[in-house]
Amino acid sequence: MKNRLVYLFLCIFFIFTFIIFYRGLNNSNLYTPNTNIKLIPEFNSYTLNKKQYLNSKNIFNKNKFYLLNIWSSWCVPCRDEHSMLVSLSKSEKIEIIGLNYKDNLKNAEKFINELGNPYSIILLDRDGTISIEWGAFGVPETFLIYENKIIKRYVGPLNFKLVDEIKDYIK
Amino acid sequence: MKFLNFFFAVLIILNFNLLKADEIQLQNKITKNLRCLICQGQSVYDSDSEFAISLKLVVKNKIDEGLTEDQIYKFLTKKYGEWILYDPQFSKNTYLLWLMPLLIFLFGGAIILKKLINIKK
Repeated sequence: MKNRLVYLFLCIFFIFTFIIFYRGLNNSNLYTPNTNIKLIPEFNSYTLNKKQYLNSKNIFNKNKFYLLNIWSSWCVPCRDEHSMLVSLSKSEKIEIIGLNYKDNLKNAEKFINELGNPYSIILLDRDGTISIEWGAFGVPETFLIYENKIIKRYVGPLNFKLVDEIKDYIK
Repeated sequence: MKFLNFFFAVLIILNFNLLKADEIQLQNKITKNLRCLICQGQSVYDSDSEFAISLKLVVKNKIDEGLTEDQIYKFLTKKYGEWILYDPQFSKNTYLLWLMPLLIFLFGGAIILKKLINIKK
């Protein structure tokens, strides 16, 4: 009787562990943080092209959609998504702001000259602290903003599906 | 004599480092408890990734601004979620994690107690 009970218990235990591990196989091992940032953070930064010193309050103040794109010339996926940003920037309903992450300024300018400039303003984040204010931890990362609120956040490069999603939002 | 003066000057300058030692200690303590989100499995203190370098700088700035350890943790969990802390806070998601060792301890104690009583009989 006791042996049977042990046997049953072992079976249940193994089935239980199997289910847990089997389900774990489907989980992504890439962690995306669940942030509680709803309003855009406040920061000051220099611009790449005009050498202005801007406060975030004066950037996201119009009644339209904004896309904040964190990019860098050394980041390969940024190169891939850049053409999509250029095509998105042709829409008048959205303004794309670039945040240049830990980059060499000459390389950044070269990158823009080579692939086109979708950004209305390019801000500089020389030491990466502004990106941390945004809750970002890598490049590229994109935030869709409306009325000072972050509506959607995309970790990693944009693709055609995500661009369509953004277009749906700004309709 | 000149050499002696120089020696004392160097000694005094080196002693100023001690003034900052506490801050660095606190910074190290905090960054050791932060998970590097890029190189997962390493702490921010151990890592040299771009993200970790920036985060160390942010922690340093926050200490300079006069924030306490808890305030910095709160600031970072707001930005990155609970997962960035190696030492998670007690909440409805983590109560099992915190109480499990206690439960297992009590359970084991109960088994031992039962065995002991049986032996005495």
